[in-house]
Amino acid sequence: MSAVTEFLQQVVEGLGSGAVYASLALALVLIYRFTGIVNFAQGELAMLSTYVAWQLVASGMPFWLALPVTLAVSFAGGMLVERIVIRPVQGAPELTVVIVTVGLFIFVNALAGLIWSFTVKDFPQPFPDGGLDLAGVRVDWSTLGIIGVVAVVMGLLYLLFQHTAIGLTMRAVACNPASARLSGIRVGRVLMLGWGLAATVGAVSGVLVAPLLFLEPNMMGGVLIYAFAAATLGGFDSPVGAVVGGLFVGVAETLTGAYVDVVGADLKVGVPLVIILAVLLVRPQGLFGRAAVERA
Amino acid sequence: MLAVDGISVRFGGITALDGVGFTVEPGTAVGLIGPNGAGKTTLFNCLTRRCTPDAGTVRFEGEDLLALPPHAVAGRGIARTFQNLGLFPRLTVRENVMVGAHSRGRTGHLAAALRLPRVRREERELREQADDLLRRLGLADVADHPASGLPFGTLKRVELARALAVRPRLLLLDEPVNGLSHGEVDQFADLVRSVRQDFDLTLVVVEHHMGFVMGLCDKVVCLDFGRKIAEGSPEEIQRDASVIEAYLGVAA
Repeated sequence: MSAVTEFLQQVVEGLGSGAVYASLALALVLIYRFTGIVNFAQGELAMLSTYVAWQLVASGMPFWLALPVTLAVSFAGGMLVERIVIRPVQGAPELTVVIVTVGLFIFVNALAGLIWSFTVKDFPQPFPDGGLDLAGVRVDWSTLGIIGVVAVVMGLLYLLFQHTAIGLTMRAVACNPASARLSGIRVGRVLMLGWGLAATVGAVSGVLVAPLLFLEPNMMGGVLIYAFAAATLGGFDSPVGAVVGGLFVGVAETLTGAYVDVVGADLKVGVPLVIILAVLLVRPQGLFGRAAVERA
Repeated sequence: MLAVDGISVRFGGITALDGVGFTVEPGTAVGLIGPNGAGKTTLFNCLTRRCTPDAGTVRFEGEDLLALPPHAVAGRGIARTFQNLGLFPRLTVRENVMVGAHSRGRTGHLAAALRLPRVRREERELREQADDLLRRLGLADVADHPASGLPFGTLKRVELARALAVRPRLLLLDEPVNGLSHGEVDQFADLVRSVRQDFDLTLVVVEHHMGFVMGLCDKVVCLDFGRKIAEGSPEEIQRDASVIEAYLGVAA
């Protein structure tokens, strides 16, 4: 295998994992835009959704039926979390909200361990084995499938936000809740909807990544760090940025692991941390984010 | 049409409003004046349910306004503009106005998810109504421009368009000409007068620009330190000794 095909091979692998980071990053960005909250529990909620999918499949449901059911359950679950856990601290100081989401992280993690134990479970691979051979670069069906599913989710979200009345009300609430309420929008309901959507998008990332990582309650811990890096790189308030950031982080991770000997497989998780640090130092608003300007 | 009676609002130890009451007859324009901190914006916030008074009542066409949840106010036919603009900066001018029309949308969330054709028709109608308003207020050229980045005078008109999209019967304007140049104030006054006529509006206006208030309003209420110190026609108010002392001042 030539050096070029080897390089392209790594890029393809990177895009595959990057798509997973992108969808979790997108979930983070959705909630941040709606509520200004950074949801540390986003990965754990995705993990819980993945267990729901696993349970459904384990009880005999075909995967492609279990998936929509899981997404629906996640949507409802996300709305419930907003209503029960987040609404009471809406408007509280940032630290309070951060601690509530960290508490939610720990609670969900422990809950999953309690119900399903901490032993690793095998998650079915929804995509067939094998793949394409493009000029010596091997693209697995699973990689292609992951990128495809994430692309479809992005497309649907774009249509929802830009081309429906409900998307318009959601964007209005994200911009200016007080004015939105005066225009007759039930802001609380829209926020619930936002959390439901974010949980659904997060669930997609969990279900896609589970066959690669094996299912266990701490599965999403690493992915969450990559998603944070992706969202920071793209700009925390930019959905497009989250996607671009996710793909970039995925590729950067695989390339560093493959070509920088010191890093290797063990230190790969350092890559997103370096990215977060570098972005915050050089361009805190990220690639696509808006810098917050305040009048002095 | 609107009856405010004995409203009091306290923030901690500060009494922002102290037993304020007045009425607004259908089709009239009422001006609220007074020095900064007199409680004018707080009063507006009570009328739009952003703030709940500690005492007093607000009735709109006989209905207890204070019993309504905030999002229901628009549906009753009350709209407002903000002193420092209450727009949606990332949305285009047209989208800002479409959001204003939202309270008249019939389809709920579930219907929006399930019954696409009807939702689409409704969205097209909202869009057409928004475009009508934009043409009416001379904003058609900037319809697809994001609200952020437009000149302040234009944004004031966008906000008026957004408020009108609610199809209000009562329109509350909070310092509508604050920050506008002389020429713009006159243009805005003409605009308000013509939409008042066309849309059959009742107005309540908070404003420091006395020319604007006296030219537009049928009745003026003056507040000072949360209390009503005078109420009457613009001519009466301009002659009122307590108003002159508290607010208008005398020529040196």
